[in-house]
Amino acid sequence: MIEAAEKHMHQNEDLTSGYTTADGRRIGDVMMDLKSITLRFGGVVAIQDISFDIRQGEIRAIIGPNGAGKSSMLNVISGFYVPQEGEVWFRGKKRPSLKPYQVAQQGIARTFQNIALFEGMTVLDNVMTGRLNFMKSGWLAQTIWLGKASREETANRQKVEEIIDFLEIQSIRKTPVGRLPYGLKKRVELARALAAEPELLLLDEPMAGMNVEEKEDMSRFILDVNDEFGTTIALIEHDMGVVMDLSDRVVVMDYGKKIGDGTPDEVRNNEQVIAAYLGVPNE
Amino acid sequence: MFYREAGDFKTSYEADSQTFPIAFDRYRYWFVLAVAFLVIPFVINDYWANALLIPFLIYAIAAIGLNILTGYCGQVSLGTGAFMAVGAYACYKLMTAFPEINILLHILLSGVVTAVVGAAFGLPSLRIKGFYLAVATLAAQFFLVWLFNKVPWFYNNSASGQISAPERFVFDIAVTGPNTKAWAAYLVCLVFVTLSAIVARNLTRGSMGRRWMAIRDMDIAAEIIGVNPLKAKLSAFAVSSFFVGISGALFFAVYLGAVEVGEVFGINKSFLVLFMIIIGGLGSIFGAFAGAAFLVCLPVVLKVIGVDLFGWPPDLVAHFQLVIIGLLIMFFLIKEPHGLAQLWRVAKEKLRLWPFPY
Repeated sequence: MIEAAEKHMHQNEDLTSGYTTADGRRIGDVMMDLKSITLRFGGVVAIQDISFDIRQGEIRAIIGPNGAGKSSMLNVISGFYVPQEGEVWFRGKKRPSLKPYQVAQQGIARTFQNIALFEGMTVLDNVMTGRLNFMKSGWLAQTIWLGKASREETANRQKVEEIIDFLEIQSIRKTPVGRLPYGLKKRVELARALAAEPELLLLDEPMAGMNVEEKEDMSRFILDVNDEFGTTIALIEHDMGVVMDLSDRVVVMDYGKKIGDGTPDEVRNNEQVIAAYLGVPNE
Repeated sequence: MFYREAGDFKTSYEADSQTFPIAFDRYRYWFVLAVAFLVIPFVINDYWANALLIPFLIYAIAAIGLNILTGYCGQVSLGTGAFMAVGAYACYKLMTAFPEINILLHILLSGVVTAVVGAAFGLPSLRIKGFYLAVATLAAQFFLVWLFNKVPWFYNNSASGQISAPERFVFDIAVTGPNTKAWAAYLVCLVFVTLSAIVARNLTRGSMGRRWMAIRDMDIAAEIIGVNPLKAKLSAFAVSSFFVGISGALFFAVYLGAVEVGEVFGINKSFLVLFMIIIGGLGSIFGAFAGAAFLVCLPVVLKVIGVDLFGWPPDLVAHFQLVIIGLLIMFFLIKEPHGLAQLWRVAKEKLRLWPFPY
C-alpha cells in the first residue's frame, strides 16, 4: 500500500503529499478525491458542486445540520447514488460508475445510520458476511464441503474471531442479532464492516442514540481501528465534542453546499459554520 | 440428562461450526439414518410406503428446494408445482429417449433441466419483490402446465395426453413401472432425500448461504458489503429448482407412475409445498422435513381417527382436513412464524437447562 501510495505520489506531482497531525501520526497522500459532485433528485439538489479529498490514514469528518446532504455524500462514495455531475477519484484513478457491490470489492466498507444488520442471522454469521469478498470457493466445492470450502471457512473464521476479540463481542458471538440491544448492534455493524478489511471505512453516525459510555467505547474503537489497522475513516456525526476530538480534518455542509473545510480548530472559528449552526443575528 | 453441551469442548473452528454441535444430536442423526436405511426397508409394506413414507420423502425434497428459495433467500415462489412438472417431463423425455442410461442419472439430469428453467423464471426477481414476484412465479405455474398440455412432443404424442413411466432397473431391481417393490422405491427416494439434505445444509452454511440470507434480511446492506444480487438470486432459483425438479421426477417416475399434468402439478401442489415450509419452518432444513411429515401424515391420521374410529363419512373428514390446515397456517403465521422447527429449537434450549430454569 505504501509503495502504491508513493508511486501514485510521483505520478501526480501537483498534489501536496500529506501532513503530520498534532499527535504525530503521518497522514499520507490523497486516497479519495471528490471533484465537483452534484447530485439531484428530480428538482431537489441534494449536493451542489462539492469537492473535497480524503487522505490515506486520516479520520475525516463530514458534519452539517439535518438535511445538509451528508448521508447522500456517503452514498455517493459507496456507489449507492450516482452523481449527475462530478468525478470520484479513488487511489489516483477516476472511478467509473460502479454498482455498490463492486465498490465494496474495491475496499470500501460502511455502516448505516439506521442499523442495517441481517436480523435473522447470528452475530458470527453477520460478521462472516463481511468476508464474502474473500470467499471464492465454487458451488461444487461447497456442495461436498470438503477441501477448499471447508478450509476457506476456517481461515475466514479465524480473521473474524480476531475482529470479534478486537471489538470485545466474544460473549454474544452466537446470539441472533435481533435480540441484541442497540449499542451492541452498532458495534456488530462496525465488526461486519471491519471484517471486509477495508482501506476506506465510512461510518454514518456511529454514535447516534448512544449514551456517554457507549460513545466513549465507540470513540476508542474508531481510534484503535485507525491506529492498528491503518484504516482511513470518513464519518458523519452530530456530536460536536466527538467530531472535534476524533477527526483530523472536517468538511462542513449546509443545504447541499460545502461551507467549510479544514482542521477542527479552523472549522470551529469559521464564521459561515457558526452561522449555519447558530444562525445569524438580525441586524 | 444426556442433552448437554457442558463438557463438550470444541478445540477447532471446524468442530465449532459442524452441523450438530451437541453430541446427542449427532448420535440421534446417525441413529435415524441407520433405522431409515437398515430397518425400514425390511419391514415396509405397500400401504405404509404409498400412503406415508414415499410421499413424505418426495415432498421433503420439494420442501427443501422451496425453503432454499423462500426461507433462505426470501424470494416467494408459487411456481413449485410447475417446476415439479418440469422435472417430471424432463425425466419422462430422458427415460424414453435414452432407455439404456441409468434412471438415477435421469433423475439427476431432470434436476439440472429444472434448474435452468427455474433460473430463467427467476429473472423477474431482479426487478420485483414480494407479492409481485409471487404473481410472476404464478404466471410460470400456469404457463408451464398449459405448455405441457398443449405441445404433444412433451408427452410423446400419446393418445391420453398423459405421461407414464416405463419400467427401469437399478442393479436389476425394478424401481419404476408396475412391478416395483415398495422397498426399492422407498430406498431410491431415501437416497435422494439424504443427499439433498446434506447438499442443502452444506450450501446454506457456507458463503453461498450467507449471500442468500443477506439478500433475504436486507438486500441493500447485502449489496453494500459486496453481494452481487443478480448472482445470489439466480443461484437461489437454480439450486431451489434443482431440488424441486428432482422431487417432481421422483413423484412421477417412482411414486405415481403415470401423470396428468394439470391434475398432479397444478397450483394446489405449489400451495401444498408452500404450506409445508410455513408450518415446518422457513429457513431450516429440519423444518422442510417437519412440514412435509406433518402435511403428509395429517390426512392419514384424520382418516384413521374420523372414518375408522368414529365412523364419520369420508367426505366430511376430507373437509375437516382443509379447515384444520387453514387454522394451523393462521396459527403459525401469528404465533410462530418460524414454524415447527422453531418450536423444536425452543424445546431443545429448554431441555439443555432442564431441570433447572436458568
